[in-house]
Amino acid sequence: MKKYFLLVALATLCSFVSLTNAFAQEPVGLLDLVGDSTTEVEYVKNAFKSTRIINSQSIEMLGAGSLDFRVLHRFGPVNSGAGNLFGLDEASTRFSFDFAPTNDLLVGIGRSSRGQKEFDGFIKYDLLQQSQGLRTVPLTVVLVAGMTLSSTTYSDPTVTNFFTSRMSFFQQILLGRKFSDDISLQLSPTLIHQNLVTYASDPHNIIALGVGGRVKITNRVSFTIDWTHPFNSVQSSIKHNDPLAIGFDIETGGHVFQVHFSNSVGLNERTEITETTDNWLKGGIRLGFNLSRVFQL
Amino acid sequence: MMIMMKTMKRTIYALGILLTLFHSGANAQSKYFTKSANIKFDASGTVEEILAENKKATFVLDTKTSAVEMGILMKAFEFKRALMQEHFNENYAESDKFPKATYKGKVTNLSNVEFRVNGTYLVKMVGKLTMHGVTKDVPATGGIQVADGKVSGYANLQILLSDFGIEIPGLVKDKISNKVTITVKVWLDPLP
Repeated sequence: MKKYFLLVALATLCSFVSLTNAFAQEPVGLLDLVGDSTTEVEYVKNAFKSTRIINSQSIEMLGAGSLDFRVLHRFGPVNSGAGNLFGLDEASTRFSFDFAPTNDLLVGIGRSSRGQKEFDGFIKYDLLQQSQGLRTVPLTVVLVAGMTLSSTTYSDPTVTNFFTSRMSFFQQILLGRKFSDDISLQLSPTLIHQNLVTYASDPHNIIALGVGGRVKITNRVSFTIDWTHPFNSVQSSIKHNDPLAIGFDIETGGHVFQVHFSNSVGLNERTEITETTDNWLKGGIRLGFNLSRVFQL
Repeated sequence: MMIMMKTMKRTIYALGILLTLFHSGANAQSKYFTKSANIKFDASGTVEEILAENKKATFVLDTKTSAVEMGILMKAFEFKRALMQEHFNENYAESDKFPKATYKGKVTNLSNVEFRVNGTYLVKMVGKLTMHGVTKDVPATGGIQVADGKVSGYANLQILLSDFGIEIPGLVKDKISNKVTITVKVWLDPLP
């Protein structure tokens, strides 16, 4: 008897639950019935507009099959005076092609006009990508390795010169995070090795730390800052300065136009970090621009 | 006592059957859904092809109330060109700020559709599309196909990007069309 009573009570309860459920569902959207909220790993991308902050590599990669043709141009220093049209008479350029075989790999070759007329090449690998959603990864880690090759005649032809003297190498670990839609920051510990240095007392290995940031102003324009500090003295004979660049990224369809001011004339990692002698405070500032045009192959 | 027990038993059974009937009646195949609705849009201008496809949209149809709802994650739109996809998310849809678009509406002539009879039934929809933070009435035309209990459907919509606060800069005016055609295709399962 008791058992039946319990059964009835249970059945009634069940029906009530299903009834109240049915009623409760009315004001809730239909989408909620099927658990519309997706739980997937969502990668946080586009921390920077381009694969370079200004002079330095950014944590940004290119989509698989993209070819990025880049033209870098630096005028002379503003403090070179009116006779040099405040630097506009001078030009230093670098052309390069970067290609992305996959979404997390980028390889590039380039050539700079200035100084040692260096060819350079690099390989860049996205080791860890910042993500949210199902899996939270707080930062992006990108590895960069590259080399530069001087193509000028040997400075002293009277001694035995080795081909390897033309080579220098650089390695970087880029640690970056997109803090919000508008603000991204990255740190880039860098090691540069030069096979040939000017004086015996100059170090072959230079350790540097790059700091880069972006503030988005509008969807298509952002403000960027790119600063690198070498920890050991680069060349004993000349006073060096930290390369510092500030500028704007302007996006127009398939182009990214980076216009900026910087005290460095070098256009690859080695020259930028080891050969920057101009001083911001003394007007050693150069107007420059980077043009990036991405093609899908 | 025995008789009383028997009557009791019968009552309980009857009650049970009634409840079961009621219960299943409330949920009898009145809703259909999919989590892999296919949405394509075409925003091609005069010089460039701009097509995208999203295979992960959620779609629910309530045949009792004629209500239709659709949830679309903007980042799930795929383009042929990686840069185009980046620009879509970063500059136009602003997918970080507005991750999801929804369509909530009604099929105005769902009574024409016989869900137990094979055939293709043309339908009309009215509803509100919410995208990029803007909600706007967007009607749609489409069809529902019933084939041996399987229900599928399609719908065509047309929107103006300017209605949803999505601006096309002058430089790319001839590349991106302000008028965008959207095609939705769904293969539905009954919602348990």
